[in-house]
Amino acid sequence: MDQKEQKALALNAAKLRALAMDAVHTAASGHIGGSLSVADVLTVLYFHTMKVDPKNPKDPDRDRLVLSKGHTTPALYSALALRGYFPTEELKLFRSIKGHLSGHPDMVHVPGVDMSTGSLGQGISAAVGMALAGKVDGKDYRVYAVLGDGEIAEGQVWEAFMSAAKYHLDNLCAVVDVNGLQIDGKTADVMPSEPLDKKFEAFNWNVLKVDGHDYAALAAAFASAAAHKGQPTVILAKTVKGKGISFMEDDAGWHGKAPNDEQYAQAKAELDAKIAELEVQ
Amino acid sequence: MGEKIATRAAYGDAIVALAQEYPELVVLDADLSGATMTKKFSQTYPERFFNMGIAECNMIGVAAGLSTCGKKPFASSFAMFTAGRAFEQVRNSVGYPHLNVKVVGSHGGLSVGEDGATHQCCEDFATMRSIPGMVVCCPCDGNEMTAAVKALLDYEGPAYLRLGRSAVEDVTGALSGYKFELGKGVTLREGKDAAIIAVGLMVQRALAAAELLAKEGVDVRVIDMHTIKPLDTELVLKAARETGCIITTEEHNIIGGLGEAVCACVSENCPVPVLRHGVEDTFGRSGKADQVLEHYGLTPEGIAAKVRQGLKLKK
Repeated sequence: MDQKEQKALALNAAKLRALAMDAVHTAASGHIGGSLSVADVLTVLYFHTMKVDPKNPKDPDRDRLVLSKGHTTPALYSALALRGYFPTEELKLFRSIKGHLSGHPDMVHVPGVDMSTGSLGQGISAAVGMALAGKVDGKDYRVYAVLGDGEIAEGQVWEAFMSAAKYHLDNLCAVVDVNGLQIDGKTADVMPSEPLDKKFEAFNWNVLKVDGHDYAALAAAFASAAAHKGQPTVILAKTVKGKGISFMEDDAGWHGKAPNDEQYAQAKAELDAKIAELEVQ
Repeated sequence: MGEKIATRAAYGDAIVALAQEYPELVVLDADLSGATMTKKFSQTYPERFFNMGIAECNMIGVAAGLSTCGKKPFASSFAMFTAGRAFEQVRNSVGYPHLNVKVVGSHGGLSVGEDGATHQCCEDFATMRSIPGMVVCCPCDGNEMTAAVKALLDYEGPAYLRLGRSAVEDVTGALSGYKFELGKGVTLREGKDAAIIAVGLMVQRALAAAELLAKEGVDVRVIDMHTIKPLDTELVLKAARETGCIITTEEHNIIGGLGEAVCACVSENCPVPVLRHGVEDTFGRSGKADQVLEHYGLTPEGIAAKVRQGLKLKK
């Protein structure tokens, strides 16, 4: 991936973060920390890797994305709006009784959402079902599932991983957003999950490790996953929770908290500066 | 009454018989294909059968994913594990997005028999009924099960289908004018003194109870309510108006099932006595199926006693 393309993705990611910040601040509610950590993964998927058409969101041949860590709708909805599934204006009604952008992904009311998720551990199973259908029908679409590293404590995740390996779902790519934090604190303290690579290898998955904020590395990992045959691939994306906002980075306190007006102003200033910097280059 | 066949056997035959007509039908199981009778389908259509192992929660989620791609999945295991263990997956991954998944619970009720309380699910109607938009269906015999499977294939949306373990007599196969329709009960016997509204294998027992009561000069109507949700309120209220006394009977806890559904309908529209016959808020125990049913009073005599009790309450 050339510098120009990386810069374009960086700009999209910065805009996505700004929209997510606006949405959470307007709603005075929402999960900003994990949205900021997964923002670059979603940017690369929606603006580089996935074959999707916002004008035809139900195209049976489209690539699919299941946000298994469903609480990070500020990032997902912002990505979908930026990609053109619906006007960014609608993000003002995030979590509002007046709108339809519910706190967790809703496939019935939100164009571009491929699966309703939010109860942790369930999205990955639906992604397995989508990949299985693709195999049965001989279609070549790919399915992406994005999980949190806290989420994988759910037993269902491991049931799903076993079943994907059984059916050799090489059309399935899971991404674990390894930010190391969850609501109650460090994942290593709440429920230690490492070594993740060895665990997923033992479950017969192809395992890749990348910097989850490196656009070129993410794009290369998705390409490598697509080229890998006979096994599903999981990408362990090392990320920073709260990425891009100085006072939110690596702080579990920002898991599900909205910024107050002063904090919002500072966050917006940081994001606006980033956007301005990327736009002049 | 015709030959005895378990509704699970009829289910196993029906999915095979309908597979050509419905190419989108796929079947999932959780290591119980011999018991849920999906084995024949697995052998006839191996490319459309997925054994998900002893992992029911994942099975329901995978079925949800398949349905988003146009498949018509039937996800089968024991009622205890699909409607029980995987309740939240059914609620959030199937019910909430209103996906076209048929959740199948075999070995419903006490008639599981020897396996005992851990496997005797008397709570499935309650859990599945409580999910918005969920159809809940429990046919009483093989003929009705065959028709129900086809109706559920034609129905786009989430549904729960309970199968029974024990062989039961056919009561609908020879019925003239019998037509299965989801949400429409079937009057198997006319009567004016009271009405028994039954589901599953209690239908046959309700007919036997009506025979017992006829000998006492009591004229009892018997309704086969194969669909608990949506409830055939028209038929229920007709029975309330015309007989003035309703007894419900089900192989299920009297809390949360058919009985409470009928109570709600009658009390809100045409209050008459409604007595609930079923499992009296207790767990089951091991034994031969018929012995267990007898132990808990799920017999024609038990139903008849409830009817006599109801008649005393009639104004």
